[in-house]
Amino acid sequence: MSFEGIPVYKEKAYFKATKLDGAAAKHHPFVVVGSGPIGLAMALFMARKGHQVTIVTAFDFIPAGSKGICYSKEALDIFDDLGIGERIVEKGVIWNVGKVFWGDSSDPVYQFDMLPVKDQKNPGFVNIQQYYVEDYLVDALEAMENVQIRWGHKVSGIDVSENGSTLTITTRDGDYQMASDYVLACDGSKSTIRDLMGLDFEGRIFEDSFLIADVKFKQSRPSERWFWFDPPFNQGRTALLHKQPDDIWRLDFQLGWDVDRDAAIKPENMAPYIRGLLGEDIEYEEDWVSVYTFQCRRMANFVHGQVIFAGDAAHQVSPFGARGANSGLPDVQNLAWKLDLVLRGTAPKGLLASYDVERTQGADENILNSSRSTDFITPKSENSTVFRDAVLELAGEYEFARPLVNSGRLSAPTPYHHSPLSTPDRDEFAVGPKPGQVCVDAPICQNGEYGWLLDNLDDGFTLLHFGQNPPQTNLQILELSDAGLAGERYGAGTTYLVRPDKIVAARWANASENDVKQAHNRAISDAGA
Amino acid sequence: MKTSGTLNTTANLQDSDTVYEALINAHEGLSDKDSAKLNAKLILFLINHIGDKQVILEAIDKSNSQSA
Ligand SMILES: Cc1cc2nc3c(=O)[nH]c(=O)nc-3n(C[C@H](O)[C@H](O)[C@H](O)COP(=O)(O)OP(=O)(O)OC[C@H]3O[C@@H](n4cnc5c(N)ncnc54)[C@H](O)[C@@H]3O)c2cc1C
Repeated sequence: MSFEGIPVYKEKAYFKATKLDGAAAKHHPFVVVGSGPIGLAMALFMARKGHQVTIVTAFDFIPAGSKGICYSKEALDIFDDLGIGERIVEKGVIWNVGKVFWGDSSDPVYQFDMLPVKDQKNPGFVNIQQYYVEDYLVDALEAMENVQIRWGHKVSGIDVSENGSTLTITTRDGDYQMASDYVLACDGSKSTIRDLMGLDFEGRIFEDSFLIADVKFKQSRPSERWFWFDPPFNQGRTALLHKQPDDIWRLDFQLGWDVDRDAAIKPENMAPYIRGLLGEDIEYEEDWVSVYTFQCRRMANFVHGQVIFAGDAAHQVSPFGARGANSGLPDVQNLAWKLDLVLRGTAPKGLLASYDVERTQGADENILNSSRSTDFITPKSENSTVFRDAVLELAGEYEFARPLVNSGRLSAPTPYHHSPLSTPDRDEFAVGPKPGQVCVDAPICQNGEYGWLLDNLDDGFTLLHFGQNPPQTNLQILELSDAGLAGERYGAGTTYLVRPDKIVAARWANASENDVKQAHNRAISDAGA
Repeated sequence: MKTSGTLNTTANLQDSDTVYEALINAHEGLSDKDSAKLNAKLILFLINHIGDKQVILEAIDKSNSQSA
């Protein structure tokens, strides 16, 4: 089943425009545009904070097809905040190890572990089809009374003024207007809103194409990411193998730039690749097959007055680091708490400017990593190919060359090296996350109950104290006096001010009441001022 | 790993003629492609041995005749 070439995973009931009644003219404090993982996560964050949420989305279905499959530990921690983390981990395929092969050798030239720090709740990565993630997000949203999803409502116009926008929404029953103070544009890489506003989306296109085949077969293989340079079944090029739930596997073959896309996905043309990788006698079924080309680019700014962009609408990367959805999720985790405080009137509007400062840094780091991987996988000159091959040749024998092998540097949290919300360290720290970095997890024991540090942080700000007698504060306190491993990871006796998105705002060896108050004020201040 | 040194641009190698000769001889009879690969491997070995990011970046910069 498919719609305009997009395969359908699950149909959703079109939201009948007539049901809008007089409500069409209703003024919204904010509206979420898009029902991809990023729009849905944004909506769920805001709904869980008690806001009335409206989503408009062009689709009236959850799409299938080959999209994101690898979700990082950071994404899983965010899904935990949204109440669907455990469902995703349960359904998904857990993996931590990636192996890189070269030529026909069955010994990897390089191997990495995506969870170098053990004893954390979530694994390094979970593979799960993007449609399950979207489905679970939709389930959670549909279970809430304060959420309305307008399936089949496409934004076709926007009139932006200083204090809000009027959207033109096109449905199968005609157009209507919708006024909203804030517009959260999560409408994907081809963002209509970005185009309508004439905003830039500059970057690099990589001259290469990849055959992405999701195929079903039964074979026992370890749940690891396997990547090949120059394998016998795709000579001179690369291949990638990933396990997904339901006996579906993602196979990814580099094809080169000048390819006939339609011919490439014909079963008889694909079979040699697939059989080459899996073995001649393998029986498989095609689930979805397509040819992709990739780009790395971002908008110069994500905040344009009261229209705010997130996810693929704001930035796009090549998929080799799984940095697409995995970097869109921290966008909305960052944006949601700030918008919540601004709408409640407990923080100035200018706090939202910090979203731009912080998440454009995140996007830059993702684009940098993703571009470097793509340059290794698709060298852009003869010389670049020579170096790449030299690295691969050396890596088999010499340990030093192995870390240079770049088959994708997988998504990891991007620290905010400079943020107007962070208080620089006053005290010396030998360990622990710095201001601007995300909290590290650890097992903890609270009142005789075992749990995880991240799970015990508040939805608002938390004062995390590794000792007795925390400073006076009206913020939520998590006091870990006999902290064990957590104490080792953060430093005994220390105090951390943690933001709602689990980013460290400030930390002290000896915090006073006033230190905490000042740092908290700074973390919710006007970042544009 | 050091990251802060500066590139030594004064003579620092004993019997440099022998080393230079070995470098040239190593390329003898190689195709352009194999020569290029030899150079690449040599650079990779040496930059790892030097192990100082600042020094390596400075050397890259100074080697590029197009950069001022
Ligand atoms: C082959 C492939 C592999 C990938 N692998 C990974 C991976 O392993 N890990 C990872 O993290 N990411 C991966 N990605 C990237 C990931 O799929 C995207 O980053 C993710 O889908 C972005 O989500 P989004 O919500 O921003 O946008 P989208 O998912 O594109 O959603 C856009 C939404 O906007 C709506 N919309 C569009 N226009 C309008 C309009 N005018 N009006 C109203 N609604 C509109 C659409 O209906 C849709 O709901 C991969 C992508 C590809 C193609």
